[in-house]
Amino acid sequence: MATAKRKTVSVWVGGAAGDGIASVGESLAKIFARNGLHVYAYNSYQSVIRGGHVWWQMRAGSEKVYTQPENCHLLIALNQDTIDQHALGVEKGGGVLFNSDKLQVRPEHLANGAQSMGLSMSKLAKLPIMQNTVATGAFMFLTGLPLESLEKALQERFGKKKPEVVQPNIDAARAGYEYAKQNWKSLGLNLELSNKQRLVMTGNQGIAVGALAANCKFFSAYPMTPASSIMHFLAPNGPKNGMVMKQCEDEIASMNMAVGAGQMGTRSMTATSGGGFSLMTEAVGLAGMLEVPVVVVNVQRGGPSTGLPTKTEQGDLFQVLGASQGEYPRIILAPQTIEDAFHVTTESFNLAERYQCPVLILSDLMLSEHTETVDKLDLNVRVDRGEVLTEWTDSSPYLRYKDVPSGISPRIYPGTRNVSYVSASDEHNERGEVISDVFTDPVMRKKMVEKRMRKMDGARKEIAKLFPVKLEGPADADVTLVGWGSNYNLLKALLRRLEEEGTKANILMIKVIAPFLSEEVGTILSKCKRPIMIENNFTSQMARLIRMETGYNIKDKILKYDGEPFPASLVYREIKGILAKKSGSAEAGEVVRVGAAV
Amino acid sequence: MVDAAVFKSEVKPDWCPGCGDFGVLTSLQKACADLNLEPKDIMVVSGIGCSSNLPGFFNSYGMHTLHGRSLGVAQGAKFGNHDMTVIAAGGDGDGYGIGVGHFIHAIRRNMDMTYIVMDNQIYGLTTGQASPTTERMTKTKSTPTGSLENSLNPIALALAGGCSFVARGFSGEPAHLAETFKKAIQHKGFALVDVFSPCVTYNKTNTYPYFKQRVYKMEDENHDTKNFEAAMKRAQEWGERIPIGVFFAQERPVYEDGETAMMNGPLAKQPFKPLDPSILLEFV
Repeated sequence: MATAKRKTVSVWVGGAAGDGIASVGESLAKIFARNGLHVYAYNSYQSVIRGGHVWWQMRAGSEKVYTQPENCHLLIALNQDTIDQHALGVEKGGGVLFNSDKLQVRPEHLANGAQSMGLSMSKLAKLPIMQNTVATGAFMFLTGLPLESLEKALQERFGKKKPEVVQPNIDAARAGYEYAKQNWKSLGLNLELSNKQRLVMTGNQGIAVGALAANCKFFSAYPMTPASSIMHFLAPNGPKNGMVMKQCEDEIASMNMAVGAGQMGTRSMTATSGGGFSLMTEAVGLAGMLEVPVVVVNVQRGGPSTGLPTKTEQGDLFQVLGASQGEYPRIILAPQTIEDAFHVTTESFNLAERYQCPVLILSDLMLSEHTETVDKLDLNVRVDRGEVLTEWTDSSPYLRYKDVPSGISPRIYPGTRNVSYVSASDEHNERGEVISDVFTDPVMRKKMVEKRMRKMDGARKEIAKLFPVKLEGPADADVTLVGWGSNYNLLKALLRRLEEEGTKANILMIKVIAPFLSEEVGTILSKCKRPIMIENNFTSQMARLIRMETGYNIKDKILKYDGEPFPASLVYREIKGILAKKSGSAEAGEVVRVGAAV
Repeated sequence: MVDAAVFKSEVKPDWCPGCGDFGVLTSLQKACADLNLEPKDIMVVSGIGCSSNLPGFFNSYGMHTLHGRSLGVAQGAKFGNHDMTVIAAGGDGDGYGIGVGHFIHAIRRNMDMTYIVMDNQIYGLTTGQASPTTERMTKTKSTPTGSLENSLNPIALALAGGCSFVARGFSGEPAHLAETFKKAIQHKGFALVDVFSPCVTYNKTNTYPYFKQRVYKMEDENHDTKNFEAAMKRAQEWGERIPIGVFFAQERPVYEDGETAMMNGPLAKQPFKPLDPSILLEFV
């Protein structure tokens, strides 16, 4: 839990799949944000349409909040299962808010000091559909938020589409608010509210808006959790902004279509999770060979095989690194926050076109699906379309794969006059003519491999400036927390906690996976006193990649692969445990695998 | 009038002498010339296989892609720039074997493009294994005692899938084949042309003489290309008499006509604009 001096509020919402938990959670997050608070929320859900258990865990505060709460002030329970499972997680003085017509809070649920807060929905809500609004009204009183902000939100939400339901909803909110005021004490949180308005988004929305801002005009995908919400955002919003959102028959088609569109000079992207990415990999290599710019998003979930469709993991690092046979230039980036997911996506299109290669964005479920407040997104993004010739007037034929020093052969989009060329999947010469079968030509083969691979020299330099490797926190820290992807937020929370208790700590995040910035990462690590790798997989893939690329062996590791994200308090305890062992001593350098016990 | 020679590339085809694919190449060059197309207007996309080397020998824009994936890339190319005439080409293994999933969905999608399958009823480039159109009990390198699987009827499959234009040609009838290609390219929608393109090296059954003795032109027998039942009936004919020509043609809305983003011209030619900030209102 957050320390006492920081004013935060933690809310859990639980129910069955189909109860609209995410929707309730999202509207509460927006209410917090409208009152100037930072929000961080994680929705734990299952791969079922009805039933199961969905559990929205949200923290809000006047200062930046980084993680989902491990306990809560207020539990909004939409079914009995939620009360049974989570009532004991309510802090002393907090409350369990529930529909008292249907659900029961028994004394054993309140053993940890929570209050029972039953709302008789049949009395308070005119229509059953307004129960959530009644509960939200009560929530406003209990958390000390102004009711007007909820009324305004309801006005904005329904005003245009269903003006007739605005007043009944406002009445329901007021009924809930008044009932709570008359029957219970407010939680006394004294949150510092303000007018500062932030955006409430998920990582996948950050990626999707990034694609639109980058003028991506073609997005192809096959539904796969946890990447589908990119498709869901782009389906209505893409066409309004000049994009075709194409759902395909499978991921093979999605990837190949994106390559086809990319070849024509259309910025294109596809998104999937590990299983779908497996199907895409051959065509990722095609993009590498044909030198077609294309952006591919892999949102990792628990693997292997179908694995844990709705749970988080960082197990696809080596899969993405090893995607497709042979060697070809490609860029792999792992965004860390929602704002970063937006930024990495917009730059991925620039890098793809600049270096005429696939750019792979490696996200994870936690980053892609968690909800967080974002200060702002600058939609005026940098655009670099790379080297493109718009005409060809030379008497000699245009060479699509001209062997130039940078390796970047200027493109001419198909359809241009006086030009013709074939981009071939087989090894080819500068003109694009196949050299593989009858005319195998080792000299040309060597030249073309080198031409393609040379592009990464330039890319490495540009990316090192675009996404510099740096330590966050004091350089002379006693401990360095090393991570990647969504764990940035976790490490930020841990850094704050370690700082507050006087432990000098810093953070090293690996965002650029390929081309790996070996020198930069190696130099930094060689000066760190005690690096600890923290990641969501069994084999510590990132630590192994770092060792492979830099020779530096991060010995201490905290790993979790049970599907649920790291609870900050657990990692904190493990860090303390590791630090208690002297660096270099016999007992130091162990791998701590944490998570749910049997 | 465009000269068919403009569609000849500088690369000499490396097909076996006598390969049926030569006839497909020259017929396609003639068809494009007759339609007054220019090399810059055409994007030929192939998969992998002997026949999939065609783009290298055809002077235009082209892509040589992955085994079975020509339709995916070709449809992507059409999405990217729908001003271009997109022609996907490949063999029976490529299109009806590894790529058959895409075939069905390309039919459903009905984009304005042409798909030429050079059907030799064998895997040629991999030296003679049974293909999806190899007839049952045919002995091949992979079926030494005879193939135990039924052969696929691509014409019936396309018709059943709702293909808006279904035709068959024979590379031993190049003039007729060129006319069939012209109709296919002119058809607004997904047009399949399955071409008997004999493999002179690995298929000793379905040879030029085999087809010469059997094929007849449906147009000579007053076949009604608007009649689906008649088309399905002709699609079942095999043995002594095998029909070539257009089985079925129906004008239907094409996919790209329904796509808002494609209504102002090719996606590749749309100017870049800053994203309208109103999109962020959803997050407030």
